[in-house]
Amino acid sequence: MAEAVIEVRGLRKRYGELEAVRGIDLRIERGEVFALLGPNGAGKTTTVEILEGHRSRTAGEVSVLGFDPGRNEVALKERMGIVLQHTGLEPYLTVSETVDMFRGFYPRPLPLDEVLEVVGLEEQRDQRVRRLSGGQQRRLDVAVGLAGDPELLFLDEPTTGFDPTARRGAWAMIRSLRELGKTVLLTTHYLDEAQALADRVAIMVRGEIVAEDTPAGLVAADADAVIRFRAPQGTALPDGLGLREADEGLIEARTADPTRDLNALTSWALAEGVELEDLTVSRLSLEDVFLRLTDEGDGEVAS
Amino acid sequence: MKAVRLVLLQIKYQERAFRRNPAAAFFTIAFPLIFLVILNVIFGGNDLDLGDRVISGATFYIPAIAALTIVNSCYTSIAMSWVFDRDGGVLKRVRGSPLPPWAFLFGRIAHAVILMLALLVLVVLFGWLFYDVDVPGQTMPAVLVTLAVGAFSFCALGFAIASMVPNADAAPAVVNASILPLLFISDVFIPPDAGTPAWVEHLSSVFPVRHLSEALQTGFNPFETGAGFEPVHLAVIAAWGVAGLLVTLRFSSWEPRV
Repeated sequence: MAEAVIEVRGLRKRYGELEAVRGIDLRIERGEVFALLGPNGAGKTTTVEILEGHRSRTAGEVSVLGFDPGRNEVALKERMGIVLQHTGLEPYLTVSETVDMFRGFYPRPLPLDEVLEVVGLEEQRDQRVRRLSGGQQRRLDVAVGLAGDPELLFLDEPTTGFDPTARRGAWAMIRSLRELGKTVLLTTHYLDEAQALADRVAIMVRGEIVAEDTPAGLVAADADAVIRFRAPQGTALPDGLGLREADEGLIEARTADPTRDLNALTSWALAEGVELEDLTVSRLSLEDVFLRLTDEGDGEVAS
Repeated sequence: MKAVRLVLLQIKYQERAFRRNPAAAFFTIAFPLIFLVILNVIFGGNDLDLGDRVISGATFYIPAIAALTIVNSCYTSIAMSWVFDRDGGVLKRVRGSPLPPWAFLFGRIAHAVILMLALLVLVVLFGWLFYDVDVPGQTMPAVLVTLAVGAFSFCALGFAIASMVPNADAAPAVVNASILPLLFISDVFIPPDAGTPAWVEHLSSVFPVRHLSEALQTGFNPFETGAGFEPVHLAVIAAWGVAGLLVTLRFSSWEPRV
């Protein structure tokens, strides 16, 4: 088994009456991009902040690069990088000054040019931080997280608020981190982001991890396909296919044997003279899996 | 060595950021001079009878504005910037990096003290050039000791009040409300012969601002024949500083209050 960079057992965090994290286990290996996915308030940020050393824990064992992050040791901080959700950087310094200042805190920093290249801010290197666009500032956040050449990088919702182009750019950047051999722990509430970037995904709901696998594995673990169509109001649907009404007037059925079920459905439609509008057969998306896991769509999900 | 390097790194980038915001830098520098000129225009023409001596209004206002400068550079600006940095996530970011917290703190304090010294030189020079006020001679060591004790205590109190301020929106109100009244009742803005009731003087004697202004008055007193040390005043200022330090250590936080 590969070396574990993060190992968590039975982690709990209680705030007064509220138990935000209810006994989770995690194991993240060197070189992995691991996504912690979940609706707002699921306990993702609390979990990550405990791993980063920002928060104490109520119970459980936590090891990050062999250290207990709760002990606030410099030797650990020298080997990890943290990209927080909201961060203050000095607005009147330039991009390269900002990165240089943080490089100065670490014993073996990454060369300035390399940092700027990874995050794609070479052209903005002499610009003041306050003149950067939102997306560029977020890249600078990542640059600051990378300045010390960390083995492990925490990325808390790295693309929240980005336009689609900026998101693609950020994704390319995160992929290049993988090529540098960094271990990345990413939190996100974007499903496509987890699917596009992560080697493994853990889905967290109400303080617990409800599923953990590769993105493909999470999808494959469920039924193979979903059939969707529209039928005129009041049509009597056939039994035995598990048909049910879904959103936007669609009727859908999950099936492990799409060929047989589709045949049964279309035979019925031809015999009854029913037009199956918008008929599709598709694989389950991660979103389908996610919605089911987060209590049949009760979880609040941005997509 | 590493520690010194980290503190110098902090100071370097702080100074650079300060210079790059010319509007803020200009008014930070102009602030004490504006008060110096205004107060001199209004009250400076009259001689002040302080009981043991009669001095010009201008001679009173140089040490008074020096006290204002110490309070402003240390207490007010440290408290404000600490709350803003806490709310803006700067402190949290520092805490997640290997930079030791004390190195960041020292950087902040050093920046405040360097600025304070530059402003004090400016104020004294201004008084000497335009108001014919003497620069302290044999009392200079006493003035410098007062500056050191004052800087320590008002920085500590700045961190202490910052730990009491819930968020950045509340910072200007809380910080100003905690210090402006003291500046008015502690012989800084208003000269002591203005008819201040005795009970107000007693009340303000509890707080450190009056002791700072009185210690500086002695240091700048042209008739002073001794070294000008004021151990009682210094002791009260220092005691407040230690109290501020204890409050800071107990309640200070590196994260925004939820």
